[in-house]
Amino acid sequence: MSLPAPAATTVEATRLDARGLKCPMPIVRTAQQIKTLASGELLEVLATDPGAVADFAAWSRSTGNELVRQSIDDGVYTFVLRRK
Amino acid sequence: MTTPTVPDTRLERELQELLSTPVSEAPVELAASTPAAASDAEAATKRLVIINWSGELDRVWPTLIMSSAAAASGYKTSVFITFWGLLPFVKDERRITGENWMQKMLSFMQRPGISHLKLSKMNFMGMGPWMIGSLAQKYNVAKPTELLEAAQAMGVEFIPCQMSMEMFGLRREDMIDGLGEPAGAATVLELMTQPNTASLFI
Repeated sequence: MSLPAPAATTVEATRLDARGLKCPMPIVRTAQQIKTLASGELLEVLATDPGAVADFAAWSRSTGNELVRQSIDDGVYTFVLRRK
Repeated sequence: MTTPTVPDTRLERELQELLSTPVSEAPVELAASTPAAASDAEAATKRLVIINWSGELDRVWPTLIMSSAAAASGYKTSVFITFWGLLPFVKDERRITGENWMQKMLSFMQRPGISHLKLSKMNFMGMGPWMIGSLAQKYNVAKPTELLEAAQAMGVEFIPCQMSMEMFGLRREDMIDGLGEPAGAATVLELMTQPNTASLFI
C-alpha cells in the first residue's frame, strides 16, 4: 500500500493466522481473538479464503470493529482490524 | 404546541435549582433514564433465530455455520432444536435412547449424535456422508463438531423443544452439555418477533 501508515499502526498488532480456514472459521476465530484485545488495539489476520474479502467487510460493518486496511500478497489476504 | 409567553417563575426556579445541584447529588429521576437507554441498545441488537427441525447433515451444517457466523458478528443467536433436529444434540456416545420400545427403535434406526448424521439425499448407507466428510477434510471445511464447539463458546443458545424431548423419550442427561432450558413454541415466537431479528426454519 502506498498510503502512509496511520500513527496507530506503529503499535504492534496481534497476529491471527487463519490461512487455510474456510467460511465461517476466519471470522469466528477473529471474533474470538479480538475479544482478548483492548479497545483501539490492532489485530492482523492472515487468510486464504477468497470469500473472506466480502466477509471481513461485512463483519466489520456488523460489529463496528474498523477494517483499517487490507491487502493481498501471493494469495494471502491480510486484514488489519481495530477493536471497537 | 404552545409556548408560554409569560415567564414561568416556578419552572425557572426549578431549573436554577437543578443547574446548581452538583452532578453527584443529581435527583434520582435523571438516573432513572439509564434503563430506558439500555433497552434502546437492547432493541438495536441484531438477532438470529433458527428453528433447527432437521437432523440431517446437509441441514444441520448450515444451521451451525449461520449460527456461529452470527454470534461472531455480534448477533444474539438462538437455535430452537426440535423434532429430528434434537438428535444431533444428543451425546455422541449415547446409542439407544428413550423409555419405550418405539422410542428405542427410533434411536436404533437413526443413531443420535453430531457425528452420526445422514444426508437428506445420496446417503447410500453412509457412503454419502463419508464422502462429504472426506471432502470437508480435504478442503479444510470446519466439521459440525468444530462448528458446534465454536458456536457454544461464542454464546449461541441452543433451546431444546420440551414436547419433542418427551416424545422421543430424551432426558436432559442424554443431551450435550450447555444447552438452554427446554421450552416451547411461545418462547420461539417471542424471540422471532423481537426487533432486528432474522428467523430461519431449517
